[in-house]
Amino acid sequence: MHNIVYILLRRIHLPLIVLVCVYAIAILGFVLIPGMDDKGNPWNMGFFHAFYFVSYMGTTIGFGEIPYPFTDAQRLWATVNIYATVMAWLYGIGSALSLLQDSAFQAVLRENAFRRAVKRIHEPFYIVCGYGDTGTTLVHALCEEGYRSVVIDIDPGRIIALELEDLPLPVPGLYASAAEPETLVKAGLMRPNCAGVIALTNVDDVNLNIAISTSLLRPQLQTIARAESHAVEANMLSFGSNQVLNPFHTFAGRLALALHAPGMYLLLEWMTAVPHEKLREPLFPPHGRWILCGYGRFGKAVHERLLAEGIEVTVVEAAPEATHSPEGTISGSGTEAETLLAAGIKNAAGIVAGTDNDANNLSIIMTARELNSRLFLVARQNQHQNDIIFNAARLDLVMQRGKIIANKIFALTTTPLLADFLLAAGKNSNEWANQLVSRIGGISGEEVPQTWVMSMTPADSPALYSGIARGKTVLIADLYRNPRNRDERLPFIALLLKRADTEILLPDDDTILQRGDRILMCGRFGTEQQAEWVAKNHNVFDYLHSGEERAGGSVWRWLRSRKEARQKV
Amino acid sequence: MNLEKVIFTFFIVLALTLNFGFFLGDIDNPEHHSVYELFAAIVVSLIATILKFGDRTHLGSVLLATSLVADMQLIAAAIVWAVAEHVTHTGLTPHIMAVIVSLSGGALLANITSVVLLVVETIAVRR
Repeated sequence: MHNIVYILLRRIHLPLIVLVCVYAIAILGFVLIPGMDDKGNPWNMGFFHAFYFVSYMGTTIGFGEIPYPFTDAQRLWATVNIYATVMAWLYGIGSALSLLQDSAFQAVLRENAFRRAVKRIHEPFYIVCGYGDTGTTLVHALCEEGYRSVVIDIDPGRIIALELEDLPLPVPGLYASAAEPETLVKAGLMRPNCAGVIALTNVDDVNLNIAISTSLLRPQLQTIARAESHAVEANMLSFGSNQVLNPFHTFAGRLALALHAPGMYLLLEWMTAVPHEKLREPLFPPHGRWILCGYGRFGKAVHERLLAEGIEVTVVEAAPEATHSPEGTISGSGTEAETLLAAGIKNAAGIVAGTDNDANNLSIIMTARELNSRLFLVARQNQHQNDIIFNAARLDLVMQRGKIIANKIFALTTTPLLADFLLAAGKNSNEWANQLVSRIGGISGEEVPQTWVMSMTPADSPALYSGIARGKTVLIADLYRNPRNRDERLPFIALLLKRADTEILLPDDDTILQRGDRILMCGRFGTEQQAEWVAKNHNVFDYLHSGEERAGGSVWRWLRSRKEARQKV
Repeated sequence: MNLEKVIFTFFIVLALTLNFGFFLGDIDNPEHHSVYELFAAIVVSLIATILKFGDRTHLGSVLLATSLVADMQLIAAAIVWAVAEHVTHTGLTPHIMAVIVSLSGGALLANITSVVLLVVETIAVRR
């Protein structure tokens, strides 16, 4: 705030001095020029009258000549000063107005507004650096779930886009380089309610800078960074970044999972989806030989994973030498039929179009489909603006780089238990995952399921906690009861129960809850609100637990306790 | 040599000297105190104040504060003068004149502080 006042004062030095000088000269002139009173005696205007006259002359030019009609000499001087004072005012007001439109001044104003907006956030919030594809998806998903966030981007256009978007929560945006630690501090890094920093810019070095600044300034803070190269990834991990995500490896891993464990893949996709996404059908990629077009960073990651799954891969690459393609690589871009035929498209099981050009990827897919209609089609989508054409191409699997990273970060930040669940789930078989997927599919309806955590703590579940503390036996089955009718079951299931150091995967309905338990739930979107009743409302808890409905007021409770006491006697 | 510094110092010192000039003389004798000198002192003091705007240093804030005090005192003196001459028509009695001059004396102290601070800063710079 001080900043603005100082800039304003410094910029209007000159206009103010001009104004003071013009007034001084005008007043002095009126005092010195001899006048005449109403009786014709010589009379000199005092400073008091001169100041009064000049004050209204400069601003209104119209109260007449006071206290006596002017002499010609005074009128001449007044004429000169009418112009001089008006000019001085125009100059002063003009400079003040042009200062308001000055881009530097505007930047200061915006920055101040941003600081104020950050200061007004009292809930935990995340600092998202980079508002590209990934950032946009992530911020939207966070808002949808009621998490606050703050955005930093180097591109003013993206910040304007952020301001124009109709987000359910206000998201302050700052146009500045996130590589500078000061920017992060402005965005609230040092504030106690800052919950984490998410570095998603498309420059690895900037992400690295963000991770370093965060780990030095706030060592305990959760940091999630995107890194596209191994060196940067290792570098970030070396100083303790919580999560480093490599978009290429993440997707290659997902693709491999889809190939060998479709059920597990679906489970992962559902659990890490952002709210209101449509439920996707299970995929069943064929086994056989695959063709991989493009051997860049993405192609390399996919190649490695497919080989690890024991799948035969034929690589098609436009510049085999430059990219150190493996032996047997077909040279060509893959967009023309000849290259694809040379790669043996006729008897391949699937194709991955993984170049960094969306038009080429679509062209590869179209050509390949023409040559072999039974192919399993996978394409990499680089820009989310191309959503429409990728949808129209009816692909089996589309890798949207931004979306994959955004979904993963969203899941990590909003439900920390989810990471534990996914880790535990990964140790089970595909059949286990298939069963779970069909159970979840049965309750979640058209949209992806929502996951949330119930903690048996006085703050999160006061009713449940005090119930358990009073010695009541609460089963997981009690949580499932519908607050409107206890015999109905709400559409959600418990995925993981975490108690001190032990984890129970898919706890049974008759598991007895203890204080301090944390349970990861998964159910239809909106069920969480209904499930909260039993945890937070003492009366609902009593009803659901015992089936008895009781009056809740203090008077009634006192009367009842007296009645019970009497019955005992 | 720094032109900005020259102008800055010029106005601050001029504010002091004009103020001193007005203050000099018998405290209750209107003959010894020129209204023009008071006018000039006010104008120069105002300019000096504006020049001090926008300095974010600690010394800058103190300089601005002393200037504001001087302005206040001088303008108060001018108001007393105008009221005595034009509103109550008492004229410049020794009592009124003493009030006006003592007010300008207060402004003089503020202006002296201002100049002392300026000199201290100049000596500290050693360039």
